[in-house]
Amino acid sequence: MSLQLKPANLPQVREGSPWTGLWAVVSKEMADSLTSVRMLILELLIILTAAGTVYGATQSLSDNVSQDRFIFLKLFTTGHDPVPAFIGFLGFLVPLLAIALAFDAINGEFNQRTMSKVLAQPIYRDALLIGKFLAGLFTLALALTSIWLLIMGLGLLRLGIPPSGEEVARSLWFLVLTIFYGGIWLALAMVFSIIFRQPATAALASIAVWLFFTVFWGIIADLLARLLQPVQPGLPQTVLAQAQLQQILTRLSPNTLYVESMVAMLNPTIRSLGLVLPVQLQGAVLGAPLPLSQSLLLIWPHLTGLIAAMLLLFALGYVIFQRREIRA
Amino acid sequence: MNQIVLETRDLTKHYGDFVAVDKLDLTVRQGEVFGLLGPNGAGKTTTILMLLGLTEPTAGTVRVLDLDPARQPLSVKARVGYLPDQVGFYEGLSAYENLSYIAKLNGLPRDEANRRIQEVLTQVGLSDVTNNRVGTFSRGMRQRLGVAEVLLKRPQLIITDEPTLGLDPEAAREFLELIRRLKAEGITILLSSHLLYQVQAVCDRVGFFHHGQMVLDGTVKELSQRVLGGAYRIHLEASSNGKLEDAFRRLPGVMQVNRAGPDAYELEAQSDLRAEAARTVVERGANLLSLNVEMPGLDEIYARYFEQEVDNVVAA
Repeated sequence: MSLQLKPANLPQVREGSPWTGLWAVVSKEMADSLTSVRMLILELLIILTAAGTVYGATQSLSDNVSQDRFIFLKLFTTGHDPVPAFIGFLGFLVPLLAIALAFDAINGEFNQRTMSKVLAQPIYRDALLIGKFLAGLFTLALALTSIWLLIMGLGLLRLGIPPSGEEVARSLWFLVLTIFYGGIWLALAMVFSIIFRQPATAALASIAVWLFFTVFWGIIADLLARLLQPVQPGLPQTVLAQAQLQQILTRLSPNTLYVESMVAMLNPTIRSLGLVLPVQLQGAVLGAPLPLSQSLLLIWPHLTGLIAAMLLLFALGYVIFQRREIRA
Repeated sequence: MNQIVLETRDLTKHYGDFVAVDKLDLTVRQGEVFGLLGPNGAGKTTTILMLLGLTEPTAGTVRVLDLDPARQPLSVKARVGYLPDQVGFYEGLSAYENLSYIAKLNGLPRDEANRRIQEVLTQVGLSDVTNNRVGTFSRGMRQRLGVAEVLLKRPQLIITDEPTLGLDPEAAREFLELIRRLKAEGITILLSSHLLYQVQAVCDRVGFFHHGQMVLDGTVKELSQRVLGGAYRIHLEASSNGKLEDAFRRLPGVMQVNRAGPDAYELEAQSDLRAEAARTVVERGANLLSLNVEMPGLDEIYARYFEQEVDNVVAA
């Protein structure tokens, strides 16, 4: 005898899958963003930056092509006065691109009066929100990957040697990091697009958060560390404790996580991202590069942190969106 | 009797302390055009959103096409077309692209979708602007595109919210014509509006909404009977020696007789008594000059009903 807990004609759970219609939303949103003028401008900007900085880098690098094992990675990290390195630009171009992709994702639908109509189709809200987020992430990935290819191609042309396997692997990890870093700002802009009715407010709020982390968080972390963990004269361990606290605080910023992990990925000679005491350096061969697996181990917490921050922000937006009344 | 398409029992929706819909009982049968009438803020849109499962009811039950919109929203939304008030479109996309997105959301295969898009665009008369950007469309064209979008899923029930709001008279007339055609195809239609004259022209039955409650419902005729007493007003002109008034009063079914001029009379009656009135005039040897009947409009019923309401409130 089978045990029937629920009568068959009275379903207690919602029917169907929350993924119904997801790909329709993703393909529509991607087509929208890839053809929008807004994206065109930003992509042009990034491509110009990439071309400019890489050209500059190859100028400085072409003298010692034969000596450096990781010459391709230097394409990303070398500047040529007065142009800074490509990674220096990425720190603010990627957030800008991500915010531009999402700041009007949800409130735009409300303002165009398309929201109730779309939700009256046989899909769940989940599909709309997840679809929009995935479309943003895919667009971001597409744009960044094409720029990555552009830089590699430019490097091939200008340096005249092929990249080694490890160089390709490291720069691919760098690409993955950059995409997830963008994902955080994408999720943030999407949260604001759910909270605020006006796209302009959402865009400004996203940029304000980004500015806060870029400009002010370092100063605040420093002040907080001094305040919470004062250095006592004659106790060297308090100096260490203060420095550690400061580092923990700065790593709450996605910018710090990104910059640290990016540097470790593109510069194999980086052996630690934390504080290193002289005693720990005993026996180390300074300047010897780490293998890829060790560098990955080094940035693993950072990468996890970046992805977790993105998912948390998305979850926050998801909860707010599900509770939102549809009527305008 | 036709099958019940839509049924609510004690449907209630609270927003905090505010009661938007209060114990609503509503039944719509297949093939009917039902008009949901009431002032702004009476709870019409909230009711519609609950019917579609876009808002959860606080209490009560809803059955749409024998499905529960809160538990089986996908099945309901696959069968019910919703045309919101001032429906929006993706301005940068063409009419075809807008419809194509909706078709994809409905899971239509590409060939089928293409066929249906051509079909519905022809049906609403937009086939020659298929590839134009919606941003260039007039209000009337948008409304028709909205209907096309709704028809795309071949719905059994169409729910429209203030469909004629902001349309010019010609566009509104076309829209109502479209509603009649859909009804002829056997589609059930629920439309909400506060433009009474237009509703009266297409609705089989109407319901008056007030403060979240359905205060009256029935056919226009039934309502006028209930609210105005007499449903027919007969205007009559006859040259006579002045004894007609009493004769009219004696006719069965006449509730009131008023003199509207020296030779003009106004009869309020429960049925169409034109023939009887004419006979009375002729039998009395008078000359019948003109005779016509006026059925009270929803405007009048509506105004009178709320007048009475106010009187009741004042009296109480």
